[in-house]
Amino acid sequence: MVAILQDPVRRAVYEYVAAQGREVGRGEVAEAVGAQRTLAAFHLDRLVEAGLLEAGFRRLTDRTGPGSGRPAKVYRRAAGEWQVSVPARDYRTLALVLAEVVELLGGDERAEEAARRAGTRLAEPGEDLAGLLRRRGYEPYEEEGRLRLRNCPFHVLAGEHPMLVCSMNLALCQGMLEGSGEEGVTARMDPRPGECCVAFF
Amino acid sequence: MTMHLAQMNVGHLRAPTDSPELADFMAGLEPINALAESSPGFVWRLKGGDDPQDTVQHDYGDHLLINFSVWESRETLWDFAYRTVHLEFLRRRREWFLRMAEPYTVMWWIPAGYVPTLEEGMERLALLRGEGPTPAAFTFKDFHEAPGPAGDLHDAPEPAGGRR
Repeated sequence: MVAILQDPVRRAVYEYVAAQGREVGRGEVAEAVGAQRTLAAFHLDRLVEAGLLEAGFRRLTDRTGPGSGRPAKVYRRAAGEWQVSVPARDYRTLALVLAEVVELLGGDERAEEAARRAGTRLAEPGEDLAGLLRRRGYEPYEEEGRLRLRNCPFHVLAGEHPMLVCSMNLALCQGMLEGSGEEGVTARMDPRPGECCVAFF
Repeated sequence: MTMHLAQMNVGHLRAPTDSPELADFMAGLEPINALAESSPGFVWRLKGGDDPQDTVQHDYGDHLLINFSVWESRETLWDFAYRTVHLEFLRRRREWFLRMAEPYTVMWWIPAGYVPTLEEGMERLALLRGEGPTPAAFTFKDFHEAPGPAGDLHDAPEPAGGRR
């Protein structure tokens, strides 16, 4: 899995597709990464074989009927997730157990406080918030003056314990904002299907 | 047969619905209910009356708020509950509801078009509390898929409500 993304062009192809949050065609990817269409197509299909992308067919123009051409092959990021750890580490199992314990003990408010403190420690004063979020895997992007987050770094945990994990994530984001010292912005719950639950207004 | 997902949850309010403590919650009912009704996969919800702030009336105790709705699938219910502004409502639940030691939310499958009753919902919740999650009463965390097309329904209890 690590080797699959070693080639710089292929990595750029993957990162471009992942960052769009929608289906993209071969021509668009080739243009975005500055590669020949056939080379982009080769990397796209290798990424599909490796399970990192999913492919489908769709008409990229509004024209239909005879003469509109056959549907184009389009790509989007695959839903599955991959973890690489050498030597083997398994933080996820323990995190799931701990989340269950917090819920059994009714300790969600304490968990949020701890997440907020942890967030504060993650940020350097004066640090660029979007850069920090990008490094933490949130995949931030701007939309209508808001900073939105395409990826939930705690996806599996949020699926098992959504109220606890999303509340902790909001507290973590509020902590990072506080730690960075960025002013005039607040972190709020603004979830969408398939994205992170927090946005910065 | 197409199956739909019924869900019911109950909560013990910290204060009467007309108290200042509950003001934010009551003010949110209308937009949240409107959002639910316009969400993909929404089928039905039990209404307390014509006023958007009317809550479900029942004989199961004072200050018990009941939420009861039917959805096309697990995914559509999940996306409404956790992937809309409803999540912010859930996050603030401690301000309005007492902590509950026993399960307070239950789901089960019903044939599409069937309208479940409040009594049936309370029975399913009692079943979940008594026996833990089963195909007849379960939760998001211990989810059971809809029964298959043939035969599997024969063992299901006769529904207590009427057809729409």
